[in-house]
Amino acid sequence: MNLYELTAHEAHEKLVKKEVSSVELTRAVLDRIGAVEKDVHAYVTLDEAGALAQAAKVDAMIAEGRPIAPLAGVRGGSKGNISTKGLRTTRCSRSLENFIPIYDAHVIEKLRGDGTVFLGKTNLDEFAMGSTTETSYFGASHNPWALECVPGGSSGGSAAAVVSGEALWTLGSDTGGSIRQPASFCGCVGIKPTYGRVSRYGCVAFASSLDQIGPITKDVADAALVLNTICGRDVHDSTSLDVEVPDFTKALVQDVKGLKIGLPKEFFAGMDEDVKTCVMAAVKKYEELGAEIVDISLPHTEYAVTIYYIIAPAEASANLARFDGVRYGYRNQEATSAPEMTAISRTEGFGAEVRRRIMLGTYVLSSGYYDAYYNKAMQVRTLIRRDFEEAYKKVDVILTPTCPVPTFRYTDKMDPLSIYMLDVTTIPVNMAGLPGISVPCGFAKGKPVGVQLIGKVLDEMTILRAAYTFEQATEFHKQFPRLGGEK
Amino acid sequence: MKYITVIGLEVHAELKTKSKAFCSCSTEFGAEPNTHVCPVCLGMPGALPVVNRQVVEFAIRAGLALNCDIQRFNKFDRKNYFYPDLAKNYQISQWEEPICLGGHIDINVDGKEKRVGITRIHMEEDAGKLVHSGATISTSDSSAVDYNRAGVPLIEIVSEPDMRSAKEARAYMENLKAILEYTDVCDCKMQEGSLRCDANISIMPEGAKEFGTRAEIKNLNSFRALERAIEYEVQRQQEVLEDGGHVVQETRTWDDAKGITLSMRSKEEAHDYRYFPDPDLLPIKVDDAWIARVKAELPELPAQRQARLMEQFNLPAYDAGLIVATKAMAEYFDEAVKKAKDPKAVSNWLLGDISAWLNNENKEIGDLVITPGNLAELTNLIKEGVLSSKLAKKVFAEMLKDNKSPRQLVKDLGLEQVSDAGAIEKLVDETLAENPQSVADYKAGKDKAIGFLVGQIMKKSRGKANPPMVQELLKKKMQ
Repeated sequence: MNLYELTAHEAHEKLVKKEVSSVELTRAVLDRIGAVEKDVHAYVTLDEAGALAQAAKVDAMIAEGRPIAPLAGVRGGSKGNISTKGLRTTRCSRSLENFIPIYDAHVIEKLRGDGTVFLGKTNLDEFAMGSTTETSYFGASHNPWALECVPGGSSGGSAAAVVSGEALWTLGSDTGGSIRQPASFCGCVGIKPTYGRVSRYGCVAFASSLDQIGPITKDVADAALVLNTICGRDVHDSTSLDVEVPDFTKALVQDVKGLKIGLPKEFFAGMDEDVKTCVMAAVKKYEELGAEIVDISLPHTEYAVTIYYIIAPAEASANLARFDGVRYGYRNQEATSAPEMTAISRTEGFGAEVRRRIMLGTYVLSSGYYDAYYNKAMQVRTLIRRDFEEAYKKVDVILTPTCPVPTFRYTDKMDPLSIYMLDVTTIPVNMAGLPGISVPCGFAKGKPVGVQLIGKVLDEMTILRAAYTFEQATEFHKQFPRLGGEK
Repeated sequence: MKYITVIGLEVHAELKTKSKAFCSCSTEFGAEPNTHVCPVCLGMPGALPVVNRQVVEFAIRAGLALNCDIQRFNKFDRKNYFYPDLAKNYQISQWEEPICLGGHIDINVDGKEKRVGITRIHMEEDAGKLVHSGATISTSDSSAVDYNRAGVPLIEIVSEPDMRSAKEARAYMENLKAILEYTDVCDCKMQEGSLRCDANISIMPEGAKEFGTRAEIKNLNSFRALERAIEYEVQRQQEVLEDGGHVVQETRTWDDAKGITLSMRSKEEAHDYRYFPDPDLLPIKVDDAWIARVKAELPELPAQRQARLMEQFNLPAYDAGLIVATKAMAEYFDEAVKKAKDPKAVSNWLLGDISAWLNNENKEIGDLVITPGNLAELTNLIKEGVLSSKLAKKVFAEMLKDNKSPRQLVKDLGLEQVSDAGAIEKLVDETLAENPQSVADYKAGKDKAIGFLVGQIMKKSRGKANPPMVQELLKKKMQ
C-alpha cells in the first residue's frame, strides 16, 4: 500500500509504532503531489518547507517518547478560504491573489496545537460561490475519478486532494453543500457539523448564518477524529455554541438496529437513474443491517434553493463589501478618486459569479424590496426548520442522495440556474443548521455517488454511527482512482 | 407670516469603555495612527465581532438616566455604505430593535419648563478617520486612513421633534451632556468629537398641522455652533418660503467660520443603507436583574443635584442649575462647601469670577489650580471680616497663579481689613476735619456726600478699612 493512501488514523498508528516517520509520510505525499497535481490541480498554495519543518518537530516528539495527538504529523490541506497566518490565502479570487493573512483561523490554531502538518491551501470556487470550482480565479480542479469532470464545489480542491492522495484529509467549508457535494462527486467522506459546532473565526464569510467548517476524509473514523479537534466553543465567534463536545470516536460502532431512517419523498424527485439505484441500494443495506425505513415528507423543500439565493447573496453582499482595495487585496492603480478606486477594484477583482451574487444580494436588501424578498425568505427558512423538527418526531436520521446527479463534464456547463438547482438536496440542511454527512455508496458508470445522512441539531453522533456502520459493511471507501499512469 | 420652528436632535456619544465595541483593542485617544487595531476592527477576511458587555451596560445606564424603556430583547443590524474609513464597508448598528425606546429630558428656558421626548437610543460602532494630504479633501492628492477610532463604541440618542427654538435645542443639548457626564458613560468633549450633534430643522406657518420639509445640519461641535446654525437655518428656510420656493429635504453642513449652512447632498443622493440583522451577532438579552442593578448604581443626576443644592444650601434655582450643568463644577462646589461658612458666596465665586476667568482663558474647571479648600477659605476670610470683598479680588488673582493659601496671601500682601474701632475712628476724624464742605452738605440733607467721605477713608486705608464700620461711624459723628 502506498503511504499517501493511508487514512489519518492508520498513519497515526504507523507513526506511534515508528513504522514510518512523519517526515517520510510528508515526503510521500509531496511526491504524490509532484506526480498528479498537474492533472488534478487540487492546490492553489503549497507550503513544502513549512510542512517538512512541522513533520520534523513531530518526529522529534516521537523520538523523545512524548505522546502525540491523533492528528499530529498527519498531512492535511485546508480550504483556501480559511485564514493561515503567513501563508497566502486567496479565496481563489483575484481580489486576494497575493493576500497573506496576519492571523490563524480558530480551527487552524487548534489543529496546529495538535501538531498537524499542513501542506497548503486547496482550490475552491471564488469565495466558495459555486458547485464545480470553475469560478476559481486559478482555474478549476479535476475530478480524480474522471479528469474531464468537475470535482464538485465549492470545496472541490479539498475533496480532489483527499482521493488523489495529495492529502490524507482536508478541511472544507459548507454554506449550501460545499463539503458534502464534492465528497459525493469524488467518492470520499464529508461532514458539515451543526451550525455553531465549529468556530467560523478566520473562515472568510460567504453567508454567515449558513457557513460551517468541516472535514473531508477518506473514511468516517477520520471525520470523527478531525471533529474531535475542531469542534467547541470559541469566544471570538458569537455564534459558536457553548455546548459539551462529545468524543466523536465513540460513535464508531457498527450498530443501526432499530434506528429509524426517514426518506423524504421531496428529495428523491428528479434524480439521475444511476444515482437513484446506488442510493436505493444503500437504503436496502440499512434495512439488512436492522434499520427501520420510514417514508416522510419535508413539504417546504421546494422553496429551499429559492430562499438560499436570497439569504446567502444578501449576507454575501455585505460580507464582501470589505474587499475594496483600501487596506489589502487587489487595487486598481489608475483610479482618480477613492470611490472610483473601490468601484473599479471590485469590478476587476471579482469574477462574474461573485459579482452576480453581490448584485442579487444588494437588490433583495434594497429599500422597498427587503420585505418582499429578505424578510419573506427568513420566514420560509423558519418553515423549513419546522419541517425537520416535525420529521424528527418520527425518525432518528434522514437519508437522501447527497446530490441528484453524479459529476459532470466541464463542457456540459449549464446555465447558473440549473447548477443552483443541483444543491436542492444539501441546502435545506444549512437552512435548518443541522449536521449532515456524505458517504460513498456506489458508482454511476464509474463516477462516485454519495448518500447523505442528516441528523438532529447537535446529534453528529448518530449520523456518524449510521455512516460508519454502512461504510464498514461496504467496500466503496477502499477504492481509489488510478492517476498518473497507474494501473 | 409667522413661522414655527421644529427641531429634533441626533446626538452621537462615544462611550468611555476601555476596549472597542466588538474587539479588545484600546479606545485610547491620540495614539500613533493604526496602533490600536486588530483583524476585527481592520475588517480582515474571516474576522468576527463579539459584543463588549460594557457597551451594553453603558447604553442601559444612559437609557435609564434618560428615562427610557430598556428593551429586554434588542439586536444589531448591518448598515451598508462604502467609505474608506469604514473597514468592513458596513457599520454594525441597531435599526429595527434598538436597546432603548421612549425617554425624555426636562429643560428650562427663560423660566419655562418643558419636556423633550427621546425617541430611541441605539448602540453602534464608530468609523476610522481620514487624514488628507492637503488642507481640504478637494485640494488633496491623497488621503490616509487611521483605524484607531474604528470600532469605538457609540450610542446615538435621537430626540422627538419637540424643540421650537435654538435656545431650547441648546438647553436640551446642555442637559443631555450633563446627564452623560454624570453617568460617566462619555467624556463629552465636543471639540474632540466624543459628543457630536446633528440637527433636523424645519419651519411651518403658524397654525399649520403638518411639519415643513426638514434639513439635517451636520458638523455642530459646540453649543454655540448648534445655536447659531439653527438661527441661520431658520432664517434661510424663511427666506426660501417667502420667495415662493420650497425647502428641499437635504443634508447640510455648518461652516462655523462663515456662519452659514451649505448643502452636502440631496434626498436623491442619500444612501440606501440596506439594513439587515447582523448574522455574526446574537440578539442581546437584558434581564430585569441587570436593569435593576444598573438602576441601583445610578449616580445622583443633574436634576436631583440641583434640587439638593437648592434645599441644602438655599441656592436660587438658576444658580444651582448653572453649577450642576457641568459635573466637574458641581463636584468642585460640593467639595468647597464642606469647609465654607457661606455656601452662597462659594456659588457666587464659581459663577462669577471663576466662570469669567475660565471663559476668557478658554479653560475648564479641571484646569483651575485653586483647590476647593482654598476657595472656601477665601470666602471665609470675607465672611469673618478679615478681607474686604474688593481686596479679595486681588487675593484671588494671586491664587490663580499658584494656589497659595488665601490667609497667607492676605498676610504677605498686607491686605488684612482694618476692623479695629480705634483705628477707624482715627481715620474718620481726620477725614471729617479735612472735608468740612462735605460735612456741611451732608448735614444740609445731601446724602450723597457720605459716599465721597467713605471713598476718602478707603483711599487713606488703601482699601483695608471695614466699609460697614466706616459708614456707621461717619453717620454717628455727623449727627
